[in-house]
Amino acid sequence: MKKYRIMGLFSNFREAFRVVEDIKGGKVSGLKLDDVSTMSPIEHPEIDEVLGARPSPVPKFTLTGALFGMTFGFLFLASAQATFLVQPQGGKPVIPLPSNIVLTYEMLILFGVLFTLAGFLISARMLTKRPAIYSEKVGIDQIGIVLELDEKSYEPAKALFKSHGVLEIREEVVK
Amino acid sequence: MKDINEDIKWAQINADVLRSMETPRLGYWIAVATCVAMIACAVVAEIYQYKHGMGYGLLNWPHMWDIYIATFIFWIGMSHSGTLLSAILHIIHADWRKPIYRFAEAMTTFSLMTAGLFPIIHIGRLWNMYWVLPYVTDRGIWPNFRSPLVWDAFAISTYLTSSALFLYIGMIPDLAICRDNARGWRKKLYIALSLGWRGDDRQWRNFRRTYLLMACFLIPLAVSVHSIVSSDFAMSIMPGWHVTTFPPYFVAGALYSGCAAIITLFVLLRYFFRFEEYMTIAILEKTCKLTFAIAMAWTYLNLIEFASTWYGHDVASKEVLLQKFYGPYAPFFWMMMFCGSVVPFTLAIRKFRRHIPTMFVVSLLLNLGMWLERWMIVTPTLANAYHPIAWDTMWPGMVQWAIVFGSFGWFGLLFLVFVKIFPSVSMYEVKEMVYHRRGHAGKDTEEVLHRPVEGVRATTGRPGLEGA
Repeated sequence: MKKYRIMGLFSNFREAFRVVEDIKGGKVSGLKLDDVSTMSPIEHPEIDEVLGARPSPVPKFTLTGALFGMTFGFLFLASAQATFLVQPQGGKPVIPLPSNIVLTYEMLILFGVLFTLAGFLISARMLTKRPAIYSEKVGIDQIGIVLELDEKSYEPAKALFKSHGVLEIREEVVK
Repeated sequence: MKDINEDIKWAQINADVLRSMETPRLGYWIAVATCVAMIACAVVAEIYQYKHGMGYGLLNWPHMWDIYIATFIFWIGMSHSGTLLSAILHIIHADWRKPIYRFAEAMTTFSLMTAGLFPIIHIGRLWNMYWVLPYVTDRGIWPNFRSPLVWDAFAISTYLTSSALFLYIGMIPDLAICRDNARGWRKKLYIALSLGWRGDDRQWRNFRRTYLLMACFLIPLAVSVHSIVSSDFAMSIMPGWHVTTFPPYFVAGALYSGCAAIITLFVLLRYFFRFEEYMTIAILEKTCKLTFAIAMAWTYLNLIEFASTWYGHDVASKEVLLQKFYGPYAPFFWMMMFCGSVVPFTLAIRKFRRHIPTMFVVSLLLNLGMWLERWMIVTPTLANAYHPIAWDTMWPGMVQWAIVFGSFGWFGLLFLVFVKIFPSVSMYEVKEMVYHRRGHAGKDTEEVLHRPVEGVRATTGRPGLEGA
């Protein structure tokens, strides 16, 4: 059975979200909410209510980065300072905590930021090949509803788009 | 008065911002040539100083630091503007920041790139600059991690990395718009930089989280950076520098000069790029009020510093303070007080706040005051240290002035290149602002926004950015 990806472009969020509500309500058999994604020029504030809560793993990357930065930062400094053992310290501690706290703090932030960036690139699936189904109009003022569906749902989905005043439909065969 | 016209169409926002990036006009090239000429002055001065020694830059005992370091602190301070507008105002949901935060973030990055040049210039032996980096040499010598100067290297490189990433991440959705409208080398550049952004819900969801988390990191980082810069002074025992209020005083001064610089660039961009629809008088007024509040905090901390020195009964510190009041540097000190504490009262007067030429002049005066502040921190102490034998009044020479002058050219050039290659107003954030403002005004958020705009191509919004 053929698999399709179709995108309907709408002139506003209201109509686009009505399509999603209808899909939620089972108006297109065989289509689930997980098969629906949106494309928009801005993030709509109520998108979570429409599509359901879809968690972002980015904060986990951030926490990991911050902890790594803190640990690595302190150990890096301490290991560097340990090489001073052969040198006279003038009564000062080999590993001075006050100054190391300052530098560890900077390392915590640096690695927190770097891991957050990595988390974003991975979680948002950036750097992946752009699917053919895309419209520049999404960057301007139109809202796209993208559906992944099989042959059976293809025509009903297009009919649903049309019933909500879709401006344009684009499609591609996935497999 | 509204912060923005909520009836503006989304396609119009794209069109206006992309227009600002099109082929530059004569005025732009004149500005670029001026900046290049300023940089050339600095390069010649630096070569002269490099060949003949730091003495020719008038850096000699007891004036080892002087205006190079004063200017270094000035540029670090300037960098706090982006953090304030982007991070702090983002977290507290002050959406009036949206049309102006992008160039403030760019200022942050470029100020840091400018500031970073000064320690290199100041040490004289340029080829040894890498000694400050934390690595072990083949002689087994590591940098002294107890020194605030090494903390500076850590803090500033962290801040530069983080603020550059913050600027870049916040620009990705706009870079995708540029990608969809560009041709030639620009197209290739934007394809690479937009990282495949399509604006789907997964990308937006993770984008928002990332931006918020980075903002949360950037605020304490900015505070720590200028606190650490203040430690270069406060952790010494020099009279006039060993002051416990220096970290908050430096942070307040940094936010102050950053805000003043935002007003300057706000006026310039509004005028040259015809951004009247986005950089509105209402937003200028809010920026001015914020600047006024910070100016008063700075004035208070200044007075606290004087009072603590006066009542501290440290003879040498008191002497430095008195020398500032009526010594050879007194005219500059009082000019600093005038520019920093008196001039900002114009920001409290509505009539002046709404008059753009006045605000432009005021913003320049505020930053003059902030530069003088840094000079008055560094030089009077070196001129009046503990030993009378070391007392020496020093006036900067041509070499120093040329290098300081050139740093403004360097900053200006970076900024000019930025505004022609990258969108200086955030298109998606302004669209969000318009969308929400319509909702708050009780208007239908779904109407008007998505209508075609006359003269704008329906598919991509613009005829296209030429990059050939």
